[in-house]
Amino acid sequence: MKLRQWKKVAGFVVASVMATALLTGCGGSQQGGSDTIRLGANLEMTGGNATFGGSAANGAKLAIKEVNSKGGVLGKQLSLVIADNRSEASEAANAMQKLATQDKVSAIIAPIASSSVIAGAQVNQDNKILAISPTASNPKVTVDPATGKVRDFIFRAAFIDPFQGSVMASFASKSLQAKTAAIYIDNSSDYAKGLGQFFKETFVKNGGVIVSEEGYLQKDTDFKATLTKIKSKNPDVVFVPGYYQEVGMIIKQSRDLGLMVPFLGGDGWDSAKLPEIAGAQALNNSYFSNHYSPDDNSAAVKNFVEAYKKEYGQTPDAFAALSYDATMMIVEAMKRANSADSVKIKDELAKTKDYAAVSGQITLNATHDAVKSAVIVEMKDGKQTFREKVNP
Amino acid sequence: MDFASFGSQLVQQLVNGVSLGSIYALIALGYTMVYGIIRLINFAHGDIYMLGAYVGFYATTMGKLPFFPALIIAMVVAAIVGVVIERLAYRPLRNHPKIAVLITAIGVSLLLEYGGMLLVSPQPRTFPPVFGNEIYNVAGIIVNFQQIVILAISVALMIILTYVVNHTKVGKAMRAVSFDTDAAKLMGINVDRIISFTFAIGSGLAAAAGVLVGIYYNSIDPLMGIMPGLKAFVAAVLGGIGIIPGAMLGGVLLGVVESLVSGFISSTFRDAAAFGILIIILLFKPSGLLGKNVREKV
Repeated sequence: MKLRQWKKVAGFVVASVMATALLTGCGGSQQGGSDTIRLGANLEMTGGNATFGGSAANGAKLAIKEVNSKGGVLGKQLSLVIADNRSEASEAANAMQKLATQDKVSAIIAPIASSSVIAGAQVNQDNKILAISPTASNPKVTVDPATGKVRDFIFRAAFIDPFQGSVMASFASKSLQAKTAAIYIDNSSDYAKGLGQFFKETFVKNGGVIVSEEGYLQKDTDFKATLTKIKSKNPDVVFVPGYYQEVGMIIKQSRDLGLMVPFLGGDGWDSAKLPEIAGAQALNNSYFSNHYSPDDNSAAVKNFVEAYKKEYGQTPDAFAALSYDATMMIVEAMKRANSADSVKIKDELAKTKDYAAVSGQITLNATHDAVKSAVIVEMKDGKQTFREKVNP
Repeated sequence: MDFASFGSQLVQQLVNGVSLGSIYALIALGYTMVYGIIRLINFAHGDIYMLGAYVGFYATTMGKLPFFPALIIAMVVAAIVGVVIERLAYRPLRNHPKIAVLITAIGVSLLLEYGGMLLVSPQPRTFPPVFGNEIYNVAGIIVNFQQIVILAISVALMIILTYVVNHTKVGKAMRAVSFDTDAAKLMGINVDRIISFTFAIGSGLAAAAGVLVGIYYNSIDPLMGIMPGLKAFVAAVLGGIGIIPGAMLGGVLLGVVESLVSGFISSTFRDAAAFGILIIILLFKPSGLLGKNVREKV
């Protein structure tokens, strides 16, 4: 008796689960009616980079809401299908496959991380679905390193790594009047090495001298020996193009050792953890390059920050801003192409020129990289403040 | 570089090296004790150090405890975890080949690292300022208060440990088990209890190092134990594995060598130098600096 009852219950549960699956399945395919255009977003919604992906999803949603409230595109409303790539490159390829073949979207917002975009790139090429990454900054994202050819369906709304290195070098020699610099590189990161190399080239070209080149590894905690050495060389500035965890400890230990010169870095510094680790006081007199600053007083930034705050109750970070820009670039290209067909949109997207985005005037170059201004952020008492804008 | 500035840089690098080395020494003590008793290289030891740092972190942030109670809680919790690990993972394998226990230790280490990541997220955490950080400038040599605290606590713990091992009944039993387990058993020593006790002390010391490091560097994360764990292992081998004063000597020496290499040669060679020492010691004096050459019993 009891067993039979249990079987009945189990049967009912299984049946209802199957029914739900069937219903949602139907719902999915019905959504693609003729009055909506679907966009996909393959983002880091969970996992290690979840905060990045969450911001990017918010930025894209805000863009779509604004477009829809103005009557949509080509007389149709936009909708967004978000696929979670769990911050993993292999999952990013699966999510891309799902968006391209199951959801049949017109265009995709690609992942935040360069490695995840690269992992999914072949899916985009094979299915002829364009993807634009808000922030992937590695040059290999848009250019296939094996063939040296540009991936025609992959784009980015960010500038590439080398640009940041030269921006900071120019800032050091022009704005800070630095004649000598030390470079302290995270040897375990291609990103940091790229930035370091281009910083050096530009700084030397500007007439500066690199007095010391040192390296560290991710997860190192004690930098005092190397910093003592750097201090003995008396550089005017120190360039540390790493990620916030080690950078925070490096700056803290430098100040402890009495090395008070300005520290410079790239967008890897952009985290609320940086002032926590280094201490607000120690971070004074340090600067990093970023894609955008919410304190920028241009009209585009002000409007965006206001709309974002109203929608989500928080200040948008660079991921939100760039994802907003990426979505808007797709919409603009769609308008120009007068079509929701990915092949036609990508032809128009490649022609993007002087598009007035939140993160500056965007022009896409031959390798699909955004050519635009960078923002230099100064740390003041633990707060990021807008210092200046550097044009390419 | 003139001589005066070279001299002051050298002294500064020695200060940097001793403060780094005292941390290696604290972790190395646990390694050496466990090895001395059951001939096991406990690869999970570096992760106990991480665990201690997190317990200290939660005690100071959520528990709002001052430094010393937080340090003691971290040591006690880590000691309990160390005993539990020994009981569940190592004791059942005691009469199996050494390699089985070694692989289990690596497994426990990975479990703690990635289990920790699941529990506390991979995001780094920062300690609240639990004690001041005055900076003293003595003739151009910079020493800060935290470095002095680390050195003082390390030395104090090492003295206590030496006393326990050499002058108490438990210490005598530990030495007996280390010397000959079977004979110790015949003399009425509860070997299991002594091994548990060893794990407790070793883990407690690692946790103390974890809390001190968390405060000093102001950043902890679930994978923080890997590199210091390996370095402490090198330190233990350098001084002579299984020998308690050897671990202290090895730790401080390793810290000083690393500082001198990054200060006067290149920071990129620092880890190469540390592990190079391991290879050289294993080639020429496998029993370590303080070790005596003992013939294998046949």
